[in-house]
Amino acid sequence: MSNESKVDGGRRRLVVATAAVGGVGALAALVPFLSSMLPSERAKAAGAPVEVEIGNLEPGQMMTVEWRGKPVWIIRRTPEMLESLSKLADAVADPKSEKKMQPDYCTNEARSIKPEVLVAVGICTHLGCSPSSKFKKGAEEGMDAAWLGGFLCPCHGSTFDFAGRVFKSKPAPDNLEVPPHMYLSETRILIGEDKKGA
Amino acid sequence: MAANTNFEKYKSDGSLQGNLLEWFDARFPATSMWRGHLSEYYAPKNFNFWYFFGSLAMLVLVIQIVTGIFLVMHYKPDASLNENGIPVAFASVEYIMRDVPWGWLIRYMHSTGASAFFVVVYLHMFRGMLYGSYRQPRELIWIFGTLIFLCLMAEAFMGYLLPWGQMSFWGAQVIVNLFSAIPLIGEPLSIWIRGDFVVGDATLNRFFSFHVIAVPLVLLGLVAAHILALHEVGSNNPDGVEIKKRKDVHGVPLDGIPFHPYYSVKDIVGVIVFLMVFSIIVFFAPEGGGYFLEYNNFIPADPLKTPPHIAPVWYFTPYYSLLRAMVWPLFGIDAKFWGVVLMGGGVVILAFLPWLDRSPVKSIRYRGPIFKTLLTLFVIAFLLLGFLGTQPPSYAFFGVIPSAPVAQVLTAYYFLFFLTMPWWSKIDKYKPEPDRVTM
Repeated sequence: MSNESKVDGGRRRLVVATAAVGGVGALAALVPFLSSMLPSERAKAAGAPVEVEIGNLEPGQMMTVEWRGKPVWIIRRTPEMLESLSKLADAVADPKSEKKMQPDYCTNEARSIKPEVLVAVGICTHLGCSPSSKFKKGAEEGMDAAWLGGFLCPCHGSTFDFAGRVFKSKPAPDNLEVPPHMYLSETRILIGEDKKGA
Repeated sequence: MAANTNFEKYKSDGSLQGNLLEWFDARFPATSMWRGHLSEYYAPKNFNFWYFFGSLAMLVLVIQIVTGIFLVMHYKPDASLNENGIPVAFASVEYIMRDVPWGWLIRYMHSTGASAFFVVVYLHMFRGMLYGSYRQPRELIWIFGTLIFLCLMAEAFMGYLLPWGQMSFWGAQVIVNLFSAIPLIGEPLSIWIRGDFVVGDATLNRFFSFHVIAVPLVLLGLVAAHILALHEVGSNNPDGVEIKKRKDVHGVPLDGIPFHPYYSVKDIVGVIVFLMVFSIIVFFAPEGGGYFLEYNNFIPADPLKTPPHIAPVWYFTPYYSLLRAMVWPLFGIDAKFWGVVLMGGGVVILAFLPWLDRSPVKSIRYRGPIFKTLLTLFVIAFLLLGFLGTQPPSYAFFGVIPSAPVAQVLTAYYFLFFLTMPWWSKIDKYKPEPDRVTM
């Protein structure tokens, strides 16, 4: 019988090596389980572009369409709404839209291709609620008296102007996302794609 | 306590020589467990009503498991729309409420049970703070308890998605998006949690799986660990003195009484009072005025429209207020990340209580004015944060005092209470502890 108090170095190394190899195997076995929780091929495929007719959209009106399960807003802004944008340059967090929350062709003050038509994903960049429209000036819709119109997120109180730019010192970090989109004709928009002829 | 198997009492072929219980005891520690955890587990004789809430939490756990088993027989975790344009999951809950015999009762017991769980657990935790039950040697009991609280929050949150109403959907949307606030890995992590780019059928199915299998298993394991750790060191009591310091000749604590029958019978009184209140709510006010079941959740989930006012169920609102309080970016990272850190930190900081408290005595009975004042303020802050969490961010007290700065001050107090505890718990005045428990 061997001396029990003496550690057999060779055996210990074997035990450590066996445990290490077993541990690697156990970790590898986690991969299929954790991967199974990623979006499935079907979920990834469901993201086709959406075509929208905006001919009936009056100035000052807004419509909502679904794209990739998210609400996308299309707003035909009045001249007054567009004027409010330059007045708010000091009040919003990213007035020049320097963060990439929009395609390059929408990196302008109105954050749109045509100044009057805003296309934006109606999902607050804070935690994903859909902001409510507060288009009326002043306190009429529960905002403060200096309010020039825009959106209020009901969840945590972030406010956005008529270009989807977030106001300073609000929980939302970024302006609303402008999705890739293109005009198929004067009144038809394709949301989700911006390559000509695609 | 060593297991006493009395193996020598049996015939060599293992057949019965004593009675059936002895046959059993030779193969399973039935009697020794009964003694160790019930008939010879000595609990301090001076327990007051605060000590009901631990056993009540176990009762509610049983109610939730039993009602849950029966709800799963009829519920369908399916976000697709049925022929009437209603999500199948939402419709199956309505089916339980209207067409399944007694289904309304089982469902209301389960939904009321969720709120009852948090009521008894919050009171149970507060008891620990009153009497210093987290102090050495009960730190592990307290840590297991904190983990149980976290599990309970996960369980409640994922269960709330299942009826697939407006609050279910948007609540899940907000909470899962919390993870996207983590720098770098946040966005892929939240997609992995949802299993889709938005909260959808994949999310509903996995939350169902976690709610009925994974989290309850972990919860049961933690409850077992919580109780085993408790029975290893023995219960604290309202005086915060150790009963094991003074024992009689048999090694039984002088101030201890066997848990069974003394406390098993006493707890039945608590159970009866609890069930009276519970039944009144289940039968007469199962919606709890919109606090237990929010009115917006009777509208099927609509991914395109957030309800005008969304708020979590009442038991999450104090932590929801911590989340909302943070509106300034720090170190170049968005404010929302720090909001998440505050919300998580608000729960995790509880686990450090055993090491933050430097008081020489455990119980509030012998602690000084600083502790009593700060603890009272802490309770008020917690309740106010809870109230503000149910209100829209634009809420103003009496219509004039804006609530956002108030919530920020309360949030600061919540954390300062814990973070400065090592200092103020040391300089406070104390009364001498008695040698033995007082009645």
